[in-house]
Amino acid sequence: MATITTEGVRHVANLARLEFNKEEMEHFTDQLARILGYIGKLNELETDEVPPTSHIHPHQVFIMGSETEASHVAKPDVVKPSYPREELRAREITAVELTESVYARIAEVEPHVKGYLTLTKDLALEQASRADAGFQNGDDMPALAGIPIAIKDVICTKGVRTTCASKILETFVPPYDATVMKKLHAQGIVMIGKTNMDEFAMGSSTENSAYQITHNPWDLDTIPGGSSGGSAAVVSADTAICSLGSDTGGSIRQPAALCGVVGMKPTYGRVSRYGLVAFASSLDQIGPFTKDVTDCALLLNAICGSDTMDATSVDVPVPDFTQSLINDVKGLKIGIPKEYFTPALDSEIAQQVHTATAVLEALGATVEEISLPHTEYAIATYYIIAPAEASANLARYDGVRYGYRNENPEDLIDMYKRTRSEAFGEEVKRRIMIGTFALSAGYQDAYYRKAQKVRTLIKSDFDAAFEKVDVIATPTSPTPAFKIGERTDDPLQMYLSDVMTTPASHAGLPGISVPCGFVKNGLPVGLQLLGAPFAEKKVLRVAYTFEQNTDHHRQKPKIGT
Amino acid sequence: MAYKYETVIGLEVHAELSTNSKLFCNCEVKFGSEANTQTCPICLGMPGVLPVMNQRAVEFSIRAALGLNCKIASYSKFDRKNYFYPDLPKGYQISQYDLPLAYDGHVDYELDGETKRVRINRIHLEEDAGKLVHADVTGNPNQSYVDFNRSCVPLLEIVSEPDLRSPAEAIAYWRAVKEILEYVEISDCNMEEGSFRCDANISLRPVGSKELGTRTELKNKNSFQHVMTALEYEEKRQARILDQGGKVIQETVLFDINTGRTASMRSKEEAHDYRYFPEPDLVPFEVDAAEVERIRAALPELPAERRKRFVEEYGIPTYDAEFLTATRQMADFFDETARLSSDPKGSSNWIMGDLSGLLNNAGIEIQDAKVTPAHLSELIELIKNQTISGKIAKSVLPDVFETGKTPKQIVEEKGLSQISDASAIESIVDQVIEENPGPAQDYRDGKQKAIGFLVGQVMKATRGKANPQMVNQLLQQKLTG
Repeated sequence: MATITTEGVRHVANLARLEFNKEEMEHFTDQLARILGYIGKLNELETDEVPPTSHIHPHQVFIMGSETEASHVAKPDVVKPSYPREELRAREITAVELTESVYARIAEVEPHVKGYLTLTKDLALEQASRADAGFQNGDDMPALAGIPIAIKDVICTKGVRTTCASKILETFVPPYDATVMKKLHAQGIVMIGKTNMDEFAMGSSTENSAYQITHNPWDLDTIPGGSSGGSAAVVSADTAICSLGSDTGGSIRQPAALCGVVGMKPTYGRVSRYGLVAFASSLDQIGPFTKDVTDCALLLNAICGSDTMDATSVDVPVPDFTQSLINDVKGLKIGIPKEYFTPALDSEIAQQVHTATAVLEALGATVEEISLPHTEYAIATYYIIAPAEASANLARYDGVRYGYRNENPEDLIDMYKRTRSEAFGEEVKRRIMIGTFALSAGYQDAYYRKAQKVRTLIKSDFDAAFEKVDVIATPTSPTPAFKIGERTDDPLQMYLSDVMTTPASHAGLPGISVPCGFVKNGLPVGLQLLGAPFAEKKVLRVAYTFEQNTDHHRQKPKIGT
Repeated sequence: MAYKYETVIGLEVHAELSTNSKLFCNCEVKFGSEANTQTCPICLGMPGVLPVMNQRAVEFSIRAALGLNCKIASYSKFDRKNYFYPDLPKGYQISQYDLPLAYDGHVDYELDGETKRVRINRIHLEEDAGKLVHADVTGNPNQSYVDFNRSCVPLLEIVSEPDLRSPAEAIAYWRAVKEILEYVEISDCNMEEGSFRCDANISLRPVGSKELGTRTELKNKNSFQHVMTALEYEEKRQARILDQGGKVIQETVLFDINTGRTASMRSKEEAHDYRYFPEPDLVPFEVDAAEVERIRAALPELPAERRKRFVEEYGIPTYDAEFLTATRQMADFFDETARLSSDPKGSSNWIMGDLSGLLNNAGIEIQDAKVTPAHLSELIELIKNQTISGKIAKSVLPDVFETGKTPKQIVEEKGLSQISDASAIESIVDQVIEENPGPAQDYRDGKQKAIGFLVGQVMKATRGKANPQMVNQLLQQKLTG
């Protein structure tokens, strides 16, 4: 693989319309050399005969992970959301009261947590009143009517500023709603506000926000995970009943684990990406953060479904996910991939996950060790594919049509360079640089193309595993929440936070993180459950059974005490 | 220079498809609309939007590809071509890189009575960019504006092999492509509106050499004349360089229409590194072979075949056939008229003569005229059955053209039918002989010519409606009888 020179970095920066001063240039050259050095481990693999994966679902969709259930399976439980749905229907509480109570809670703890970038109280109260009018009329109201929900600031909300936590979109107000927002509004939800995140969803700690640092409600000195850190923290802090996030390499599952809530990334193609500001298009997927698995199923019901506005959304029937709220795992096979239990895994986390799988085994599941041999290459693969796609996806932020623009450029190219260099944060620039480099002439085969091939190998590992097991259980994160600032100087170390979540992203699999305990210092631990493509129901069933037989999800952080 | 160097030209022809909506969104495509009125978040490249394929554009592309004798790829995909330019809203163009929609075709064209063949390397589908509006329009040298109405309009790129050996061949080939695309009705090929344009690559090599010389590229031309002049200039310029032992630099040259010269264009991307990669937002697609056959079966007869058939089936001269197949609509019109009237040559004469004159004067195309093949064949029929004379017919056509009424209606309304009633004509003949004793006597004295004058007088008296043959006969009878 290549040796990185300052000259090479300058060339790549020019292609990406970025500019750096001498000091930054040296810094970047050094960092890129380290990151690309790590990525060089992909060369250990022989991939001449391996076809590349550019799209999760090829032109024809074969539905894997059949949903046929064993015949003895018990009926689903009565759906009991964490939120007062029956009370709203019975008019014991109004949606306006519920909304006011959420804002009261925000007034109390948000100064500590800082999960929101924008609060939309006037709009929320209007939406709540509308829901109340429906309840008053005795209308047949949808499951989420009147429920206060927070939205990650990477999802376009018509008329409400959508920044992606970037300076470049500081003033951007979308003239359209994302498809998921249309679906949620059809349910009559109440939008509380837009949540903080790593800029353009690039990060694992939400420290890459251009605006603020979000604090983990369990320990305000630690990060909430990322990139959907705001969406995880607000559900954990009870400043929203549930929220939406986006997951590219673990950006829902990892913060869910670190904040002690439920977070799910559905199968790639299950939820429309229209209106989700793109980071890495072949990996991005929207999903819910909730207080429990029941809420998760209800939110999934609301947001899933193919969309004519998204060519990669898949036209498969959307089941009623509450039908998988079955407190029974008898007959299900759960695989534990040995490659996830490395020395880098926090030993307390390993212990909690083993305890969790033992619970499932005791409840009648068969637990067996499996192998996913290419797991160790997932991070290197991810940090080629995601930045490559991002380098193109972020090219539209050029100062021409919307967003930030440098007002005193010398010429057009200077306008591009100054605009982008001034308004993108360091991590975003780093990824644009990596991605541009990986796609550039002379390096594309060695990096981008190689990564696509390894992606195929990673996907094949899962295909083989799901021939044998129904669900795969792993830790969600190798460590509990770390201290704010602990990894900001070491991008590679930060990237390794995603080691447990990126493999499933490459394969487009559905994955959930559910609370499965705490480490000694009181920080939550997440159990990740993965299913075959479109087998969300199996994943939810195992998660629900685990939840019904444990009480980790009922623990609440004591904020600021 | 032909003695020393061989000119090698390849063309990349771009044709905007005439679909109702854009390639990846529902915006209407209409030339000349107010700037940025035919846009939406998708073709403006707003954050979070996604492209969705316009199926009709794929169908149009396949139609074009079959018309150009190409093979249709069974599996095709889209790629991102990355570069920064203000008219490119996403910072990348969605195009096709290594798996184009169609490949391996050819076009036959005529030049100086000879049929020549150009191979087509590939045809791919991509989105057009917007348009920059500079100081010449804005009046402000410090500001440029972008009009995104054209952004995301489906654009077909047809890449030829370097099989063309002269600027004239290049133009003849380009015309042939235009004709075919118009025939298969996938593009209006309006060069003034920029919906049909081309890039040309030109190089020279010593006669007999197999290796290609270094080429220069002429960008974005939308006039046959410009391309011709620019290629001729480039041909001479390169020959001069080679004559002096110099080397042609591979570059994009800009043709200045005012000076008639080409000049090196500063590259818009210093290094041409487009970093193509598969478009993750669009799923690769398979084109069903049965679907291709269905499209092939529905293809119209192409101009070359049609010309041949017109000559063989209708027995019209090659010159007529070429004129009549200039546009598909004209050829359809002729075909239908010839069939209805069973008089191909008569049909051809009328279309090439009077009808074309009327079309030219009105500045419209045949498909926009009120005259139909049924009208024209009726007119021909009226002459044949002697209801009207050819001369009257010539006065009827403009009325049909104007009003869209049938020739019969017009003949009736204006009372133009020929008087073939001998008794009615007889009284007029008698009157004319009486009023013109001089010429009558001349004829009786053997001056055959004099009868012409007398026929004319009868025709005048009947305002042209008398059957001229009958008038002639009656006059002869009366004068000699």
